Amino acid sequence: MDLFEYQARDLFEAHNIPVLGGAVASTATEAEAAAATMGGKVVVKAQVKIGGRGKAGGVKLAEDAADARVKAEAILGMDIKGHTVHKVMIAQAAPIAEEYYMAILLDRANRNFLVMASVAGGMEIEEVAHTQPEKLARVGIDPNVGITQAQALEIVKAGQFPAAVVDQVEDVLLKLWAAFVAEDATLMEINPLVKTEDGRIVALDGKVTLDDNAAFRHATHADLEDHDSANPLEALAKEKHLNYVKLEGEVGIIGNGAGLVMSTLDVVAYAGEKYGVKPANFLDIGGGASAEVMANGLSIILGDPDVRSVFVNVFGGITACDAVANGIVQALEILGSAATKPIVVRLDGNNVLEGRRILNEAAHPLVQQLETMDGAAAKAAELAAK
Amino acid sequence: MAIFIDQNTKVIVQGMTGSEGTKHTGRMIKSGTNIVGGVTPGKGGQVVEIEGKQLPVFNSVAEAVAATGANASVVFVPPKFAKAAVIDAIDAELPLCVVITEGIPVHDSAAFYAYAASKGKTRLIGPNCPGLISPGKANLGIIPADITGPGKIGLVSKSGTLTYQMMFELRDFGFSTAIGIGGDPIIGTTHIDALRAFQDDPETEAIVMIGEIGGDAEERAAAFIKEYVTKPVVGYVAGFTAPEGKTMGHAGAIVSGSSGTAQAKKEALEAAGVAVGKTPSETAALMRKLLA
Repeated sequence: MDLFEYQARDLFEAHNIPVLGGAVASTATEAEAAAATMGGKVVVKAQVKIGGRGKAGGVKLAEDAADARVKAEAILGMDIKGHTVHKVMIAQAAPIAEEYYMAILLDRANRNFLVMASVAGGMEIEEVAHTQPEKLARVGIDPNVGITQAQALEIVKAGQFPAAVVDQVEDVLLKLWAAFVAEDATLMEINPLVKTEDGRIVALDGKVTLDDNAAFRHATHADLEDHDSANPLEALAKEKHLNYVKLEGEVGIIGNGAGLVMSTLDVVAYAGEKYGVKPANFLDIGGGASAEVMANGLSIILGDPDVRSVFVNVFGGITACDAVANGIVQALEILGSAATKPIVVRLDGNNVLEGRRILNEAAHPLVQQLETMDGAAAKAAELAAK
Repeated sequence: MAIFIDQNTKVIVQGMTGSEGTKHTGRMIKSGTNIVGGVTPGKGGQVVEIEGKQLPVFNSVAEAVAATGANASVVFVPPKFAKAAVIDAIDAELPLCVVITEGIPVHDSAAFYAYAASKGKTRLIGPNCPGLISPGKANLGIIPADITGPGKIGLVSKSGTLTYQMMFELRDFGFSTAIGIGGDPIIGTTHIDALRAFQDDPETEAIVMIGEIGGDAEERAAAFIKEYVTKPVVGYVAGFTAPEGKTMGHAGAIVSGSSGTAQAKKEALEAAGVAVGKTPSETAALMRKLLA
């Protein structure tokens, strides 16, 4: 789960990483009140989980509380690269002397964690990495050892931080590591990490990604979820514990296993070229395709007004095809007249003959079976075109 | 021969007394795997009967190894306790530990992977993987044993059901070993590890490599193939049509920016001399042509 900037700020603060005052507001009135409490100049910042908001006009300096209201009114509701702004952060303004960079992230290739730190922050760090690699310290961290104080000092020196701030930056790095571990994060980035004119080191903006798999040991992480921006179908699917992603297309997809479903999207996309149709979603029902799971999945897909046909693609591994077939039949009974779109089914693998027999016997008018993945994808695409 | 497992593999099941563990222990026994016992801390001393076999339960992997001579384990322990279970296997210096469990926090995987690497005795496969099968010899994990039989093709894939699909497409040829390495961001055995083992395995004549969008594991595998693999390799990458910035299921399957796309992976593989199919059936057809 990616966090909003204000959530990252709060999390940093909770772990004693120095931040400036900040508050979140969903309305202009809230923004004005927050700015009044803070006093002085504030920055009104759009809260969206995408880069480039500054260029899009999503970050504005406000002279006082009344001005903060005006700026918040302008920013709230804006569309930034397809993301609607539902919240703004009111941040204390501070005179900045220098901008640095610091991040800790999961390093898949090396299968450990990676610290990056650089005196050259505030701009695209990828560019620094390309043009001035000597200014970007990159150090792998053994998860079982963590960052030692000596190592932190080495990293800060390698990042070419000026001597005057080395101690403070080292302290931030150690605190960032502690937060990274404590929160089960896969990314914690501070960009920029700034030196204010009065010499303080402060995390001015942050990006945080938390590991969803670790939710069981973080009771508070569920509160960080963004309900405003979620697609309603995705929200419903999440409630039903289904792995669903809404896409722009007409052929609803249900399959078992993320790899096979992704592959199904490809096969349907190729078959759909001829008819001008595309996959409408990704839906992985996982290993156990009970009637209930199938009914939940089918009802979400059939509830998508863009869907014109459905392709159920199951390779029975652990799941037996007869269970899947029973699931489809029962799902259609549960849905009754709510099911109105043609459903193409391809079953293979564990107990396939029995699965096919069950569907043949049920002879539901909306359901037709095809033997191969390619053939079924072509049929589903053709039906979506009509 | 085969890779990582064969008819001499003696297997203990960590989490055997749980419902998933019991179910899959039965399936593994039925497909001819030599299961010699299970480990559930606190339940040591019990004996459970699965598929007509009396299986002793031990409190730790070390105890199980001492009593049974086991040289591999399969882990079905829930995410909360998976890290402790894997560390138990590493401490017992078990040569192979296959972690089926889905949903393990990545900080836990990072910790046990680093621990295994520092000890240097245990090969980890997974987590979040279907395991591996050498048809007719051993089956460690949840891959259905009845899709196909022994043969000359080696298969390595991140995904479970896509592994089954490809085994099914090429069922008339059979497989030396099919291995699902898992889709998590940190996994114990990579495409490269499996490719190296297949290259070195005299029973494997050709290799199918299945990848997915996200990360750069396939690109690195391509570089490795160029340098090390002389056997013919056919590739498939799932997610050609996935939109950027959407996560689809596997934690690893995230497209962001230009790297990590299926197209980039296809190009890297083709540059290494790998024939890449656009769909599973096309990939299987490429393999058929190679073996004809």
